[in-house]
Amino acid sequence: MATLKPSPRIRYLFAVNPTAVLRLGLWGVLSIVLMTVDHRYQGLNDVRDVLATAIYPFHYLVRLPADAGNWLSENLASRDALLAENAQLREKQVFLNVQLQKLTVLEAENRRLRSLLESAVNTPERVLIAELLAVDFDPYRHHILLNRGRRHGVYAGQPVLDQHGVIGQIIQADPLTATAILITDPNHALPIQINRTGVRTLAQGTGNFQELELPHIPNNEDVKIGDLLITSGMGGRFPRGYPVGTVTKVEFDPGSPFAHIVAKPVAQLDRIREVMLLEGELPAVKPEPGSAVAAVQMP
Amino acid sequence: MTTAYPTGRWVIVVSFLIGFLLAGIPLPKELSPFRPDWVAMVLIYWCMALPNRIGIGVGWGVGLLLDIGRGALLGQHALALAVVAYLTLQTYRRIRVAPLWQQAFSVLVFLLVEQILIFWISGVVGYPPHDWWYLAPAVGGMVLWPLLFVILRDARRYFQVS
Repeated sequence: MATLKPSPRIRYLFAVNPTAVLRLGLWGVLSIVLMTVDHRYQGLNDVRDVLATAIYPFHYLVRLPADAGNWLSENLASRDALLAENAQLREKQVFLNVQLQKLTVLEAENRRLRSLLESAVNTPERVLIAELLAVDFDPYRHHILLNRGRRHGVYAGQPVLDQHGVIGQIIQADPLTATAILITDPNHALPIQINRTGVRTLAQGTGNFQELELPHIPNNEDVKIGDLLITSGMGGRFPRGYPVGTVTKVEFDPGSPFAHIVAKPVAQLDRIREVMLLEGELPAVKPEPGSAVAAVQMP
Repeated sequence: MTTAYPTGRWVIVVSFLIGFLLAGIPLPKELSPFRPDWVAMVLIYWCMALPNRIGIGVGWGVGLLLDIGRGALLGQHALALAVVAYLTLQTYRRIRVAPLWQQAFSVLVFLLVEQILIFWISGVVGYPPHDWWYLAPAVGGMVLWPLLFVILRDARRYFQVS
């Protein structure tokens, strides 16, 4: 009469799932298919678009504590600190204004000389300010998420700068946000020129925020520590003449045909908060499918 | 029989949401490499506590959300978290009776497997990790496991999630 019937809780305590391996296999195959499709054929970009828009509020939620902290520290700053900061900023503004005067003169002179040389130079005039959404990405992939998207006129391939120099370029423009790849990403290369000598080469990312590598510079080339690197304008993506970095290490290895040259980006890539997006005309070179930075070409 | 019904679904959902928030919140530069994978840890806890409800499928779904949030390859975290869920389901009977610090070591192993899978996939698509720091989140996870375990266990008991 009294049959031993285990209560549901006991059954759950010792639940054994004989299909676990099968399920793992199914989900595993599904993820591999998904990853292959995502990586090889950009077919999922529309899906990503929709999903990125859907989780947009979430990014703001993540930002909220940091923003609240900033707001608090700004509002609770003492009067003295504010006055000191104010004075400092005023001083800086005077200094910058003086520099700006020089710049207008130089710009006019430059334009005159260029027209004498009959060379066309397209300097993008308008910039769009974007803020970084304070979301940490995969630390080994130097991508950042910005709070401006296609709706604000952001497009893939748009150059991104901060007040010091080049940061990177947009690789994906979603409706409300955009992802930019930094120049230090291992998959990014930027056509540059050494300002002092005019030597053209590439600056490759290393995965380290403080380092860029300059491959393909022969051993007998004139490169010194402290040389400024500027964008060369090759590849049609970045306008010419924006600062990129300074050379920090030059090693000549007699055994290899090229020197080992390392540079440090002038922009502080690991502490960006606001960036500028240059609004030029759309790039002439269309990115090829399959590579994120296809428009960066060898000089 | 009422205990057999799934209850407190929202507790599980909220715990995962908090995990997502913690995974995205900016940390000081020095601590940032040790940021544990909170979502994976929450998943391990629920797999251990409610193996009949939370399993490989949930792990996969949560991982896919993580992929979207982080802008990673779609399916990368999904695969890693499905494997973590599988490992937990296969061993939960041994782990959940162990003292907390011993549990922490098992969690370390799961998290290491997860990190290695994620970075193996990253390496395949052209982002090989350049140093050993990528294993640091697993260590952070091990250190914080007892805390998370106690909080989630109390939450589970208080809200009678079963």
